[in-house]
Amino acid sequence: MRITPEIVAEHGLSPEEYEKIKEILGRDPTITELGIFSVMWSEHCSYKNSKPLLKTFPTTGPQVLQGPGENAGVVDFDDRFAIAFKIESHNHPSAIEPYQGAATGVGGILRDIFTMGARPIALLDPLRFGDPKNPRTQHLIAGVVAGIADYGNSVGVPTVGGECYFAPCYEGNPLVNVMCIGLVEKEHIVRAVASGVGNLVFYYGNPTGRDGIHGATFASTELTDESEEKRGAVQVGDPFMEKKILEATLELIAQGAVVALQDMGAAGLTCSTAEMAGRGGMGVCIDLDKVPQRAENMTAYEIMLSESQERMLGVCTPEQLPIVESILAKWDLKAYVLGQLDDSGMMKVLHRGEVVACIPAAKISEDSPVYVRKGKRPSYMDNLPDATRAELPPTKDFENIILEFLSSPNVCSKRWIFEQYDYMVQTQTLTGPGNNAAVLKIHDSNNALAVSTDGNSLFCYVDPYEGGKHAVAEAARNVACTGAEPLAITNCLNFGSPLKEDIFFQLAEAVRGIGDACRALGTPVTGGNVSLYNETPESAIWPTPVIGMVGKIAPPARPMKGQFPGPNRVILLVGSACKHLGASEFLRWRTGLAWGPCPPCDLEVEKRVIGFLHELACQRFVASAHDCSLGGLLTTLVECLLWAEDDNLGMEVHLVSKTERDLVAELFGEFTPRVVLSVPEIEVSHVKKLAEEWNLPMQLLGTTTSTGQMVIKSEFTRISLATSLLRSAYESIRSIFPDVSNQLAMH
Amino acid sequence: MKVAVVQFPGSNCEMDTVRAVSRVLGVTPSLVWHKERISPQTDLVILPGGFSYGDYLRAGAIARFSPVMISVIEFARAGGLVLGICNGFQILLEAGLLPGAMLPNNCLKFVCKWVHLRTERSDLAFTRETKKIIRLPVAHGLGNYFIDQNGLAQLEANRQIVFRYCDEKGEATEEANPNGSVANIAGIVNEAGNVLGMMPHPERAVAEELGSTDGAEVFSSVASFLLTQKAS
Repeated sequence: MRITPEIVAEHGLSPEEYEKIKEILGRDPTITELGIFSVMWSEHCSYKNSKPLLKTFPTTGPQVLQGPGENAGVVDFDDRFAIAFKIESHNHPSAIEPYQGAATGVGGILRDIFTMGARPIALLDPLRFGDPKNPRTQHLIAGVVAGIADYGNSVGVPTVGGECYFAPCYEGNPLVNVMCIGLVEKEHIVRAVASGVGNLVFYYGNPTGRDGIHGATFASTELTDESEEKRGAVQVGDPFMEKKILEATLELIAQGAVVALQDMGAAGLTCSTAEMAGRGGMGVCIDLDKVPQRAENMTAYEIMLSESQERMLGVCTPEQLPIVESILAKWDLKAYVLGQLDDSGMMKVLHRGEVVACIPAAKISEDSPVYVRKGKRPSYMDNLPDATRAELPPTKDFENIILEFLSSPNVCSKRWIFEQYDYMVQTQTLTGPGNNAAVLKIHDSNNALAVSTDGNSLFCYVDPYEGGKHAVAEAARNVACTGAEPLAITNCLNFGSPLKEDIFFQLAEAVRGIGDACRALGTPVTGGNVSLYNETPESAIWPTPVIGMVGKIAPPARPMKGQFPGPNRVILLVGSACKHLGASEFLRWRTGLAWGPCPPCDLEVEKRVIGFLHELACQRFVASAHDCSLGGLLTTLVECLLWAEDDNLGMEVHLVSKTERDLVAELFGEFTPRVVLSVPEIEVSHVKKLAEEWNLPMQLLGTTTSTGQMVIKSEFTRISLATSLLRSAYESIRSIFPDVSNQLAMH
Repeated sequence: MKVAVVQFPGSNCEMDTVRAVSRVLGVTPSLVWHKERISPQTDLVILPGGFSYGDYLRAGAIARFSPVMISVIEFARAGGLVLGICNGFQILLEAGLLPGAMLPNNCLKFVCKWVHLRTERSDLAFTRETKKIIRLPVAHGLGNYFIDQNGLAQLEANRQIVFRYCDEKGEATEEANPNGSVANIAGIVNEAGNVLGMMPHPERAVAEELGSTDGAEVFSSVASFLLTQKAS
């Protein structure tokens, strides 16, 4: 087959990139080779537009056992265990086919984790959708949540957290990110580096079909109306097969039966073969006739590029093969030996007796194109409405505004989502979804694990640099509120097209912010994912970096909860006053607009708050801690009350704002760091002293009561709302599913 | 006391069950792979939760043909104690050891939450130590128990209904029913009283830090029953 410029363009490769391929090969590529390069040089696999930025991340620290570049990052946890974790996106497949798109996203990230030798112990799902009133959005939400639920529940990995945020910019381009955490005994960490001339390359799992061909290149282009026609590029998930290959893989590792492992995710057999050989500096020769196939007459091109799910590639010595075969047979699986490793440095692919590809393995990734793009500050940033001059609602009608705000899509409880997830299986969940961060006790360890995903895209839109810092700081604060010491992050960078200067500016600034925050807080980046081209013909999404943070609660620290433990507790607020409503959800909700400026993120103070919270968790009395983020202090206070699940609980809070305007900013502004604590009265002076030691401002807000009423007093107003009323507003899903009765959707 | 926990491909609560039994009773159950047989010396067989064979076709429909089920059925017919939790309950229905069938939850969604249960009889091996009202988690998509009117009348007449979904006060209201089960049924026993199927997960409620210890009573009931039986 002759390669024409049209074919090259259809593969998403530029003429220059095509010339480079010819240079590497010293000849014209075959169509199979062209396909291989096109997926390997897609943004998804090569990071060609983001690599220069990602290199600026801090990636090392004493706690990091594995940084970026492997299937997942790994951090030290205790004497015996390490934590493997990573976040991935499945945005474009989910936009086209929400159920399967989300389900296979879960499948892919689980494989990344167990391929490292780790047992997946938790999933988190940060989601972003357009206006929930749009029927299309409703279809997407229902499909995505069911897809995640059915896959994760079936495999038996609890979904313990995540987020769900709505904004019009995600219309037509929802974000479906999935983070997975795994537990691995340090001596069993497996890396995807092939070694040993003569060692066997074997395949197990689902047979290969035509589904998902070119998924990786598809994920790296903008969505258009024609994307619907690419439905064939979305794969279909089989969680039962996933469960079997998970258990079989962990048995293979425990028995020491494999040299290396790699899952076939994006770009399928191509990526797994090339990366495994490339990383080990080896050559590999595989015969596609040995690949189990579920479609007839598949071409070499199709077999190499298929993204059929639940497939694994392993390397073992010839002596290990019988053990591999017997372990796989237990799980009704079979090892298909595709070929051998050699020292040629070439990735050689045979099909029906012919060589269909012969490429220097290391060159595919080493010589992948890298583009240093130019960014330009977008003009909208200088034209945002100014919150310091916003007209605010009069406080006399406050009670209704509060109830409406609590039931708005971004503030209300996400119970209707997380009750579809089995968040308790594996019986390690101490704090499940709908809290600061999820907390898992770890069987056979004295330490507990805290994990959170965060990223405020409104902040990032208003100011990508401050927003990037905030994303890390919020994740760290959430983890610290449980008593944990933040360890490290993984990140999912969801942005528009990097070819546009204003979008590239957002990406570069957010990355700079994330990097600065990670350095300041001592939480290195251990890996992640880049999802670019999140655009529809109308617009790009808001810059949406999502940070997945893991933390460790080690004795003497004990897990803290976010909710008030009961009445007669003193409520304290750590942190300084809110000066304005810039970048707040409250103003966005009232006006439909993004208001500047973004609250500044002072990393020095953030660090001190984290240290303070950790010390608090080491005290012997029970304290609760919940940070203020989206929705401000009011939302936090209400959540502290409602999470206690007792309508007899109440609180009385007194705010000392000098003007009415200050009061509104104090209640709904989103300055950070601000943390609401509740402590026994007898400990107040002690906690105050602790805050002084950490040089943190602290004010006494009030006390919890047993009146079943939330009372907020100030010079200007007295707000009084029954806890039960707050609950029915907060748990209402009318703002999202107006047609569904609460009762039905909450079950 | 010898406890066997059966492991089907796709089971995912077998280790939770093993841990819970060990914690409560101090004996470590043996995992029995679905291609093996139950030892006749076993005192209690547990079919754990999960998605055996992916629950493809129908929950439990394929698992009931697993080789191990022949020995489980023999064991149950000989009077051995069998506890099916969640997917295990579904398998017991498919295997014909318990009457009725499971439908998708009436909300058509998977449901994971804490529920209250009313223990309807305390004279069973599984319930002699359980309180009247207990709190356990459910986590299922197909937990809507169905049986026709005659079947239900028989269950009632034979006192085969063991647990009903209820509110905090013990009222079996429609609101307290998480899945639409007939008569708020959460668990039933066979006529002989030795085979119990229940949708809620007692193994997830054996420690305060996990939210409840009420599940422990199901396991300790069996232990105390066996003790008195051996004594007599």
